[in-house]
Amino acid sequence: MIPELGHFSLIVALSLAIVLGVLPIWGAARNNPVLMGVARPLAYGQLVFISLAFAALAYAFLGNDFSVLYVAQHSNSQLPGQYRFAAIWGGHEGSLLLWALLLSVWTAGVAMFSRHLPEEMVARVLGVMGLISVGFLLFMLFTSSPFDRLLPAAADGRDLNPLLQDPGLVIHPPMLYMGYVGFSVAYAFAISALLGGKLDATWARWSRPWTTVAWVFMTIGIALGSGWAYYELGWGGWWFWDPVENASFMPWLLGTALIHSLAVTEKRGAFKSWTVLLAIAAFSFSLLGTFLVRSGVLTSVHSFAADPKRGIFILSFLVLVIGASLLLFAWRAPKVGLGGKFDMLSRESLLLSNNVLLSVASASVFIGTLYPLFMDALGYGKLSVGPPYFEAVFVPLMMPMVFMMGLGPLARWKKMAVPDLAQRVKWAFASALVLALLLPLLMGRFLSLESNKWSPMIVLGLLMAFWIISTLFVGLRQRLAGHGAFMARVRKQSLSYYGMQLAHLGVALFIIGVTLVKGYETERDVRMNVGDTVVAGGYEFRFNGVTETEGPNYVAGVGHVTVSHDGKIVGELTPEKRQYNVSGMPLTEAAIQTGVFRDLYVSLGEPIPESEGAWAVRVYIKPFIDWIWAGTLLMALGGILAVSDRRYRIHKKAAVVPTIDQGAA
Amino acid sequence: MKPRQKRTLYIVLAVAAVGLAVGLVLNALKDNVSLYFTPTQVYNKEAPQGRSFRIGGLVEEGSIQREKDGLTVHFMITDLKQKLPVVYKGILPDLFKEGKGVVAQGKMEADGVMHASEVLAKHDENYMPPEAADALKKAEATSAVSAPAAK
Repeated sequence: MIPELGHFSLIVALSLAIVLGVLPIWGAARNNPVLMGVARPLAYGQLVFISLAFAALAYAFLGNDFSVLYVAQHSNSQLPGQYRFAAIWGGHEGSLLLWALLLSVWTAGVAMFSRHLPEEMVARVLGVMGLISVGFLLFMLFTSSPFDRLLPAAADGRDLNPLLQDPGLVIHPPMLYMGYVGFSVAYAFAISALLGGKLDATWARWSRPWTTVAWVFMTIGIALGSGWAYYELGWGGWWFWDPVENASFMPWLLGTALIHSLAVTEKRGAFKSWTVLLAIAAFSFSLLGTFLVRSGVLTSVHSFAADPKRGIFILSFLVLVIGASLLLFAWRAPKVGLGGKFDMLSRESLLLSNNVLLSVASASVFIGTLYPLFMDALGYGKLSVGPPYFEAVFVPLMMPMVFMMGLGPLARWKKMAVPDLAQRVKWAFASALVLALLLPLLMGRFLSLESNKWSPMIVLGLLMAFWIISTLFVGLRQRLAGHGAFMARVRKQSLSYYGMQLAHLGVALFIIGVTLVKGYETERDVRMNVGDTVVAGGYEFRFNGVTETEGPNYVAGVGHVTVSHDGKIVGELTPEKRQYNVSGMPLTEAAIQTGVFRDLYVSLGEPIPESEGAWAVRVYIKPFIDWIWAGTLLMALGGILAVSDRRYRIHKKAAVVPTIDQGAA
Repeated sequence: MKPRQKRTLYIVLAVAAVGLAVGLVLNALKDNVSLYFTPTQVYNKEAPQGRSFRIGGLVEEGSIQREKDGLTVHFMITDLKQKLPVVYKGILPDLFKEGKGVVAQGKMEADGVMHASEVLAKHDENYMPPEAADALKKAEATSAVSAPAAK
């Protein structure tokens, strides 16, 4: 009965969404306050009914209702409670429901926090989001309802893929989806502005906090996914350029471009059309990501059973959304004009260049991801594009971007003389260069490697990171230097300024992490008898054999590895080789000792036949790898700081007076 | 600079940037694309010599042999019509199993054995890599018309 109620709630939500997608937009066009007024109640109603549907599915999962097909496919009575809940989004149908739920959360959020916006703007934004919701709800009801029954009911479920039975996977999809779906707000604002024909700075200011929040969620979501791949897939890699990772990375790159572009549009009124286009593109890529992941055209851990009907539905939806928005753009944008003028060298031009670079980077990822699909479709046979492609294209594009990222916050708006800017940064550049050249000479000893490894790539990576940090200091000094109380000046700077600096610092830490782990990691695959030792990167790993143990829904062999450094024991690592009872699927659970400067990583391969307890063992030393995620989290934190800026908590009165803030970009 | 000149300059810069990116992309694609082949295609000498490629199929039952070092593994990849010997040194993925789908990347050496640099088995027990499925399908199709040379 409960699943049927869930299904029914979805139908109610769909009808609400249809009304939401039609009446308020129509009302805004005809300036009819009654029609516009229905937008908010409808948005809340939609949230209520989709939440009911979600609760119904959660109830079926937690109560082990295996008469529901989706539950039978993705859960099992042995599965621990928290994973039974996370199994809701462990498959195609449920993750769509999660998607729809989050979309309705964002919609209700906009309805709630938009009291200071003009009524017609709110009506249009909510209406556009309602239309998107219609698309997803139709998709769910027609091709992939999670509430379909299985008759007769299964005795027990097929279990959740063991790889997904992990705390990281409980929060990774909701976070990432919050980001994906959140870009729909920026998109809805852009479309509404186009519909209304008023593309001014206020539009940009309204959509800025929403976009930044979506971006923060997405950043955290991607970081969690990458962390999960690192400790769960057992290969010690943190990014595989897997099609599905790329599917989340493309909208992230465009979203990053968008938040910067929005800043310029808000503060200077410049590149308005470009910002609108980016907002459309960021959301389109989010949809494309869904298409790639959910349709099964690209295969990876994330792609669920392929069903051509679903692929065609999402593809048509995608074409409709992108096509319609671009048409609207083509029709309206010429009236928008380019906005504020600026010089060849100015903060605007630097930001614009970086916008272009980010978009080009995104396009290059797009090409690499979809190239195999196109070639296959054209009958050139199957092929794959490997990580070296992405590295070869991505790194050269990011180098000029990082360079300008250092200059941007130091440059003046509108016009900046080259000698002036050069004067400001010459010491920053010199010190970054010297540090980057010298540090690798010390790195070998610091990480107790056999030799000092000095390579141009390492120097280049460090140079980029130090350049960001040193220019950041120059910027801070510029802001805070002067007469009078220092602390007063520290307090005077806006939170969004500190947010920007923190996020940029995050990029620097990220680059340091990537550079050093790539440059100095040690990887050893070895056969180890009980009592054998292997030395890697200055650490000695002693293998003490494997014992059997039993988990809630699996049995495992637990390896015991003692790690010592300079004769002192650093820790005991216990990697596991699990066999899940229901699916019979094996899983390697790596053991990692995390440190600020290095991770020790051990995972078990296979037992070696005809030996006395010997195993193939994988031993990794990963210097500075956690800086990658620390950097990403700093970026997210920077975003949070930026949105908590006072000026976004504007009241009705304050909204009329544009707050001119000379701060953050 | 006049606005018109400035706009021209921007356009030139943008075109240059895009051109640079296209160059990078093409250059990188040229070197980093690996083609898929089926065991039958390799048998028919359609696969390139001395260049890395990918092969998909099933791990033949009873074909896995480990050397004493515990790390070097020999096995056969089959499309149930032809098979290809593969050797790999390292730790294999969890779901690498006899009778299951697999994709290997590597080069054919003079000994007629593929020396794999990478072996992929997918993340789900019931899931077959499409390339492996494709290889089986192709092999089946050719035997159905009983003309191996037919393409």
